Amino acid sequence: MGYDTIAQLMVQCEGRPERMPQVIYENEIRLTDRTKTEIYAELEARYAVMRLSAEKALREPQKMVCGLIEGQAMRQQKYAAERGGISGTFFNRIMALALSGSEVNASMGRICAAPTAGSCGIVPAVLVGLEEQGGWSKEKMLDALLVAGGIGAVITKNATVAGAEGGCQAECGTAAAMAAGAAAWLFGGTPEQVGDAAAIALIHVMGLVCDPVAGLVQLPCSFRNASGAVNALISADLALAGQMPGIPPDEVINAMYRVGRKLPMELRETALGGMAAEPTARAIAKKLFATDETT
Amino acid sequence: MNISIFEILGPVMIGPSSSHTAGAAKLARTAAAIAAKPFLRVRFELSGSFAKTGLGHGTHQALLAGAIGLHEDDERLRVADKLAKAQDIDWEFSEIELPDAHENTVAFTFFCTDGTQVRIVGCSLGGGRILVTDIDGMKTEISAEQPTIVVEQNDKPGVVSAISRVLAEQGINIGVMRVSRTAKGEAAGCVIETDTTVPPEVAARLCALDNVHTVRVIEG
Repeated sequence: MGYDTIAQLMVQCEGRPERMPQVIYENEIRLTDRTKTEIYAELEARYAVMRLSAEKALREPQKMVCGLIEGQAMRQQKYAAERGGISGTFFNRIMALALSGSEVNASMGRICAAPTAGSCGIVPAVLVGLEEQGGWSKEKMLDALLVAGGIGAVITKNATVAGAEGGCQAECGTAAAMAAGAAAWLFGGTPEQVGDAAAIALIHVMGLVCDPVAGLVQLPCSFRNASGAVNALISADLALAGQMPGIPPDEVINAMYRVGRKLPMELRETALGGMAAEPTARAIAKKLFATDETT
Repeated sequence: MNISIFEILGPVMIGPSSSHTAGAAKLARTAAAIAAKPFLRVRFELSGSFAKTGLGHGTHQALLAGAIGLHEDDERLRVADKLAKAQDIDWEFSEIELPDAHENTVAFTFFCTDGTQVRIVGCSLGGGRILVTDIDGMKTEISAEQPTIVVEQNDKPGVVSAISRVLAEQGINIGVMRVSRTAKGEAAGCVIETDTTVPPEVAARLCALDNVHTVRVIEG
């Protein structure tokens, strides 16, 4: 028994939320021949890498080529500490954690792709941010990470998570869907609400293009990691309140894929369109190519 | 579901790009393992997107890091040029047009301490996955997802079965085996993906077989 779609995952859960991580690790046992203990040990190791990347840039700004997003995480944290923020300290904390992941990635630091390197700030920010609120055991957090992985696997299987194929909606959109499902599950959502949370997160960013300035994974990537993490939380809240997307999650995933395929090449990670095509972005690219040290 | 959650929640890697940084490092590390000789200098010829956008993704540092044996999650990757200099290893980058090649292709030339050169071509497929496609003119397919044995042998009857007999005796299960050759009866290559790691003594036994020239073992 396995699952290739969200609908199949739901059926396997038999209406019981606690079944969801089980269905996902049982599939992993069949697929990779690893034991449950080995799978949880690996999850714990990856979660540790995620946590480090979510916190590292909150201690010091990370140096990177061009430095376009250097110090973003600390700036957000400082603002939240001094003024609380319009969206509150929790949302500001989540954004700072996500910005840290992006900053570490851009600086050639160690990250865990989730599902990609460019979107690696989102899942850690949501899980670490929620864990800080307290109330969940370590095992529960790893179960939530499994739920995120299961949702990501379904999207990879039936659509794409590559920006070059489907734009940013496929990268940061999928990361937000994974994190939304994990958050809804942590808050005791039904399997259906977990699926709806993922679908709502994708709905929020459908059509989002991938337009990295100078081809660097910096701008606008870090902003889309911050907004992706917030997207995950509000999507989970909407689903937990009983708001239904109206379209089944698998169809929303399919729609995301079809929209991605219709995006022109310029808006799929080629740095030829969107923000990347504006004069300021072109000037940054020109400067970058004039200052290479390794060639 | 035939996709592992660890493909989704991973790889653990040095940023910023799974194809242009992590994949580049793994490709170079695999190429150096296939070359399997100490070298003084390495030439990287970059094509496609690697040549155009590699700069901002640290592709050069990642390639150099892989060539000197660093893994794709090693934080020293960003200072690979300094590490290579400390080991007296020289390098050069250039652009190359490779018609019909994958977008992110690199041609490596290792200038070895024994005066020989080894040329290896491969590409970064995305998500950190790689494929080595050419070893000194011999077409091949090496993904390095599993422990892999690369054998160069004479194209003679019985050589392949002798190789598989040695592995069977050592309890090493063959996942995939691909045999290729330049021309009938001449040099042949054999790529064997195994389920478990291959100890050095097994490689030595393979190397001692008749008509076997070289045996290289690549960790998965």
